Amino acid sequence: MILNFKLLEYSLSSLWRRKEKNVALMVVYALVIATLGSVLLLTHALKTEALMTLSAAPEIVVQRTQGGRHELIPVNYAETIAGFPGVGKVTPRVWGYYYDSLIKANLTLMGLGGYHEQLELLEGRFPQAPDECVIGAGVAEAFGPQIGNLLVLEDSSKRRSEFRVTGIFRSRSNLLTNDLVVLQEAALRDFFAMPNGFATDLTVEVYNSREISTIAKKIAYFLPDSRPITREELLHTYDSLFNWRSGMMLAVFVSALMAFLILAWDRATGISAEEKREIGILKALGWETSHILGAKLREALLISLSAFIAGLLLAWWHVFVLGAPLLMPLLKGWSVLFPTFELTRVVDLYQLAVLGCVTIIPYLACTVIPAWKAASSDPDDVMRG
Amino acid sequence: MKRSFICLTVLLAGALLLVSLLFSAHLHEQSPLAGWQDKRDLVAALAITDLSLSSEARYTRHVTQADLFSAFQDFPAAFEHFPTGSMIPPRPAGYSGRVSFESSQQAQP
Repeated sequence: MILNFKLLEYSLSSLWRRKEKNVALMVVYALVIATLGSVLLLTHALKTEALMTLSAAPEIVVQRTQGGRHELIPVNYAETIAGFPGVGKVTPRVWGYYYDSLIKANLTLMGLGGYHEQLELLEGRFPQAPDECVIGAGVAEAFGPQIGNLLVLEDSSKRRSEFRVTGIFRSRSNLLTNDLVVLQEAALRDFFAMPNGFATDLTVEVYNSREISTIAKKIAYFLPDSRPITREELLHTYDSLFNWRSGMMLAVFVSALMAFLILAWDRATGISAEEKREIGILKALGWETSHILGAKLREALLISLSAFIAGLLLAWWHVFVLGAPLLMPLLKGWSVLFPTFELTRVVDLYQLAVLGCVTIIPYLACTVIPAWKAASSDPDDVMRG
Repeated sequence: MKRSFICLTVLLAGALLLVSLLFSAHLHEQSPLAGWQDKRDLVAALAITDLSLSSEARYTRHVTQADLFSAFQDFPAAFEHFPTGSMIPPRPAGYSGRVSFESSQQAQP
């Protein structure tokens, strides 16, 4: 143990002699890992959030398409679908988009039919009259109303419609409700001038989850102009969406990794005359090649492990404490209403292990290989340069 | 000796902090739906199908409900109106609402 401490002391002294260079290298190394780690942590957290929450979404959503575009669906399609064995409730949904020229943002307006129980994530209550509404925290922030105030929107014929805010979704649900305005279904039909007997789409309850794809096939067969979207497809879309986003961001940042590896390679292959002389002296003093390689490996491990730990801690702080402010603009795009949300702290250890492998192992190789070359040469030659 | 002791202590403290953070997060992920129940109740009550992440265009707001042939989202190299559109992948081949039937399966209603 004492010997190990002495060897470690030797490696630290060796690093300390070139402290400016090593500190600069460690900072760049940690920043590269922090950048790549932030992408992995952010996309995994968002993906987990999507998969865990949207797995409670309707089993099947049925749209009607006409000329390749989404059209309103006749409500009587629900009767056909409800007649299939294994199908529970078929509910017409009325929803749509609203562009507000005042705040220059797109809102999602959703109609709610029937009675709904109080939800934990709703402060206030659901609308019980045509002139009442519930809004997401993003809408409340953009327009400024609180519970009891009025929300003024322009309907399809540009008439002023006033809705009293009876509830605001809590900020914990921002990722699901940020731009939502929930009205009573009849009020929303009126607002959009949507004809009776039509809905935006239908949600289908299926009792046995193993029958979902069969029922989707039946719907597509008996209602050829319909487009059933199963819950599995919905989750698959989000899974591939975040894999893609993560891949796109990593593709951008991988250039930073490459630049760092080139820097490390350059530093390592261009082993300085001073380092060569040091290796020569050690060999002349009786150190074997394996001892020298061990010392160099310890130095490289100290740098790479410190940088890896510091980089991942930095990534954690950036994503889960600060809310990933450096990566969010990529997701935000031109959205005016962008949710401020607290990401759930989940990680994929496999991804981080891969990150460790692709950053630590090349650096170790870059450091040890030139040291091995110098150490296997004749000490006299090495010292003379 | 003192320097190596300090270095090891700092390194171990950092590693311990990182491992505990990662492990707690991993445990949270492994735990069943307990932590998500309130959000799942909300999704079920409102029949929510998408995250309210990018509201700049209808096909970025409701990714799963978008038209199959919306402009500019057909393939990754297509010119894209909206920045987040370039961050959204094309649909996987064969993934659509279309269904094909074997002739033996076909029956008249």
